[in-house]
Parts: sequence; C-alpha cells; structure tokens
Amino acid sequence: MQLRPILLFALQKLLRLGLLLLAVAVFTFVLLSLSPIDPVQAYIGADMMQISPEQRELIADRWGLDQPMIVRFGDWLGQLVQGNWGTSLVFNQPVEAVIATRFQASLQMLAIAWLLSGLLGLGLGILAGALAGSWCDRAIRLYAYTLASAPTFWVALLLLITFSVSLRMTPICCAAPPGVLAADVTIWQHLHHLVLPAITLSIIGIANITLHTRQKLIDVLHSDYVLFARAQGESLSGVIRHHGLRNIILPALTLQFASLSELFGGSVLVEQVFAYPGLGAATVQAALRSDVPLLVGIVFFSALFVYTGNTLADLAYPLIDPRIRLGGWRS
Amino acid sequence: MTITVPALAPVQGRSNRRQQTLWGIALCTFLLLAIIVSPWIIGDSGLNPLLTQRNQPPSFAHPFGTDWLGRDMLSRSLHGMSLSLRVGLLAAAISALIGTGLGLAAGTLGGWVDAVITWIVDVFFSLPHLVLLILIAFAVGGGTQGVIIAVALTHWTSLARVIRAEVLQVTSSDYVHLSRRFGQSSLWISRHHMVPHVIPQLLVGLILLFPHAILHEAALSFIGIGLSPHIPAIGIILAESMRHLSTGYWWLGVLPGLLLLLSVKAFDWLGENVRALLDPKTSQG
Repeated sequence: MQLRPILLFALQKLLRLGLLLLAVAVFTFVLLSLSPIDPVQAYIGADMMQISPEQRELIADRWGLDQPMIVRFGDWLGQLVQGNWGTSLVFNQPVEAVIATRFQASLQMLAIAWLLSGLLGLGLGILAGALAGSWCDRAIRLYAYTLASAPTFWVALLLLITFSVSLRMTPICCAAPPGVLAADVTIWQHLHHLVLPAITLSIIGIANITLHTRQKLIDVLHSDYVLFARAQGESLSGVIRHHGLRNIILPALTLQFASLSELFGGSVLVEQVFAYPGLGAATVQAALRSDVPLLVGIVFFSALFVYTGNTLADLAYPLIDPRIRLGGWRS
Repeated sequence: MTITVPALAPVQGRSNRRQQTLWGIALCTFLLLAIIVSPWIIGDSGLNPLLTQRNQPPSFAHPFGTDWLGRDMLSRSLHGMSLSLRVGLLAAAISALIGTGLGLAAGTLGGWVDAVITWIVDVFFSLPHLVLLILIAFAVGGGTQGVIIAVALTHWTSLARVIRAEVLQVTSSDYVHLSRRFGQSSLWISRHHMVPHVIPQLLVGLILLFPHAILHEAALSFIGIGLSPHIPAIGIILAESMRHLSTGYWWLGVLPGLLLLLSVKAFDWLGENVRALLDPKTSQG
C-alpha cells in the first residue's frame, strides 16, 4: 500500500534522469564534435611540432576519428555507460577519481554555504516581511537587491581583502597551510580555510530566498485568515509561527534546492578567488588546459548534482506537508 | 492638442510617480550610454604606463588610483566596462532574438514543436549555468567570440518560457476565441491581440537579460576563458588585481568591481522602471 507509490516515484525519477543524461550526452558530444578544437592537437599539446603527419594519422585512426559521427557517439556512450570516463590530462588520474576527491573538498563548503544561506535567508525574509515598511525591512531589501546583482567573484574579492589581507583573520588561499602534508592537517586548520569561501557563497545565496520569503509572508499576513486570527487576539509572532511558517517553508525549500545549480556555479568562481582546490577550480583548469575528458565528466556530474537537489526537494514535500503524496498518488 | 499641464504640477520639485519613473529611465540610460562611449571621450591617455606614478592610492588626480605600471585605473576600468557592456549587449540581443523566436514558435505552433522546445529549455536548466557557459565557450574555442556565443546560447531560456506562457494565455483567452468566431484571420489576431501583449514582456525581458549577460561575461573573463588578456575587459582587470591584493593595493579590485556593480544595477533599475511604465499592475507595488 505504502510501497507502491514510492517505487513508482523512484522508477519515474530514474527514467527522467536517464533521459536527461542522454540529452546532456548528445548535447556535449555535438558541441565538442563541431568545435574547432582538434582532438589530436589537444591531446598532444605543445609537442605537436615533433610528430609527423603519419603519426597523427595513426592516432586519429586508433581513436576512430575517421568514423562517422553517429558511430563515434555510440562508441563514446558505450564507454561512458561502462564507467570508463577517460583519464584527466591535467591531473593524470582517472576522471572519476579526480571528481571524487575534488568533490569531497567542495562538498563541505557547499553544505555549509547551503545551510547558512537557507537559514539566514529564511530568518531575514521573515523579519523583513513581518516588519514590512520599517527601516529594518528597507535595510534587508537594499542588502538583498544589491547582493542579487553583485558579481560573485567581486564579493569574494572584497571579503578576501577585508578578512584575509586587512584583518588577517583568515588564510589567503588554499585548503591547508603551506608546507603541511595533507594527512597532518588538523580539523581546525581545515575549517579555518573553509570558513571564508563558505560564508561568501552563503551571503550571495541569501538574496533570492530572502526576497521570496518576504513577499510570501506579506501575502500571508494580508490574508483573511490572518485578519481573523489577529481579531481573536493572536499576536504577530503567533500568527507567523502558526500561519506564516507553514505557508512559507514549502516554496522556500523548493527555492533552496533549486539554488543548488547557482551554488555550484558560484563555487567555481569562489574557489578560483580563494585558490581552494575543489571541483570548481578543477572545472576552470579543465577548460583552460583543454582537458576534455575531465570537463565532460564535470558536466555530467553537475547535471547529476542539480537533479539530485530537485529530487530531494520532491522527497521533502510529503514530510512537511502531509497532504502531498509522492507522484501525485492519492489514497 | 493643448493640455493645461501647469495646474497638475503645483508643487515645485515634486513630480508624480510617472515622471519619477521617466526620470529614472532617462538617468539609467544616460549613465549606461556614458559608460559605453567613455573610451572615445577620455581617449587612451590614461592607459600609458607611467612608472613614476606606480601604485598610487585613490586621489583627486586618479580617483580609482593607479596600478603597478602607473596606469590610471579609472580610465582602465571605463575602457574595460565599455567593452564588457558592448559584448554583453550584443550577446544579450542575440539571446533575446533566439528566446523570442523559440517562445513564439512554442506558443503558437504547439504540438511536438512545443514539446521539443520545452524539453530543450528543461535540459538547459538542469545544468549549472556557469558550467554550461564554460563548456560552450571552451567548445567554440574561447576568446571574444567564445564569450559572445556562450552567453547568447544560454540566456534565452527564461525569456522563451515567459513569452510562451504569455502567448498560451492570450491564445486561450475569451476575446481571442471571440475574434476567431468573428472570422478574423490568424495574422489579424496575432497583430491586434498577441503583439500588444507580448511586446512589453519582450522589452522588459530583454532589458533584464542584460545584467545577467554582463555578469556572466565578466565571470568568464575573470576565470580566464573569455576575452584575451590583451583586451582589458572588466573581468580581466579584476583577475589581474588578484595578484596584487595581498600587498594591500585594495583599490585595484574594489573600485572596478564597484563600477561593474553600478552598471548592473543601472540595468536592473532600467528594467524595473520600464516594467512599471508598461505594466500598470506592477507599478502600484
């Protein structure tokens, strides 16, 4: 009775994921095939002058570059499905290994930023909505609107200048102190290096959810049922707790899970500024140094990441609002 | 037509909201145009290295300070911002054309065309925007054209969605059904019922597309995939400043970024004001 809709939901989600990844695969393949970058040249790099045209032919033949596009796509997709994502040229490791280690470093930062921005955004949004029109509301709105149009990397630069250069409170780069082996890094040193990138990401992520929560709360406070509750003597905080939160939390959650895509993009820029060795920095290096296998791997991984976020949001709905059933199934 | 306006504006210095909106539009447009044409007005004089004037903090002579070669940061920033604005405008305009075309096609043709376009939009939304930008910019070979193509190809999705929704809404409205029953041709309906509704959405969508396009152009240049280092776009100026931050030359990063923020905000204000002017529903907010 309970199991069937969940299974159906999982099946449907997996099917959609498969279709999505297939679409991403077609898109990536067509894009990279049409691009003016010569794969042989990208592979050999600076030593291009040292190899003869015959050797070039040999490599092209070995890779099947003379095959028609559809055959190459089939071969490539087959390898991808079997888990062979190629070897990263920059890191000289299998792509899966690079993504796994890099994502572990990024994950902590992303998780802290995601939680902080969600909680702070919700809190500020409720504050601004409850005190709509006051100076407090104006200040929060000004902050949110400014942050919404501020370039991520510039905010990161500002924080770096303030806290690392002027106040010397946080380290200026990397994920560990220089000259310390990865195994010897203590958890405090680790957190110390993590805190500023994570805060940067979270204060940028706040803007959207704050403005949305504020608007939603104002809508709720202007409704008839709140008017009735107030007439019965319910205080403002009581109204927000009993009527506001329940209505706000669902859209806020959707927004917050949907923001994983923005968060991932933001981490690329923030890791670049703080020289933090995470997945975002690896993305930039892959693109700058023509590491096609790694770039393709990251594209797939980021699609998976965003999709997981949206699926988690779907799963969270029935927990918060019992009226919602998975997959629209109703008893 | 002669209208006696003075009776309506009795208090000097206070204008009504419509006038305020118009003033806002004029001010933003003027500011952005000023930034775009500034390189031709101030010339290249500030770009020459002047080693005696190295690393000066902001002063009256150099409001943005000077860099490690003694170049005036204000003129560098204005040159870079102008370039970034022009690249962003071009890319956003192409993107708006794609978005309008696909949105109209999805809304009016329906059926499998609609399904395919909606699906493409969904696929675009399923990848982080910046990753998509990096992938496209990389695949077309980077450089200025890489940035323009990447920005143009990735910003049309939300506009296409808005236009599709607008067209669908108008198509299913009673007055269009009535118009059809009266025997009006599809062309007549689209000209008299669709266009007036879609144009304001298109205009606002187009203007609100610019800030995103400019921010993404700056981000791509900042990480080094965009414009080449020889052309000082605003992202490149900010990326260069990174190397000199730890020595305490804060103005190299802070002030050009402020200019970028100001330009983006100007576009946002412009979009909001145009929306308030064209759409009376939101103007009361």
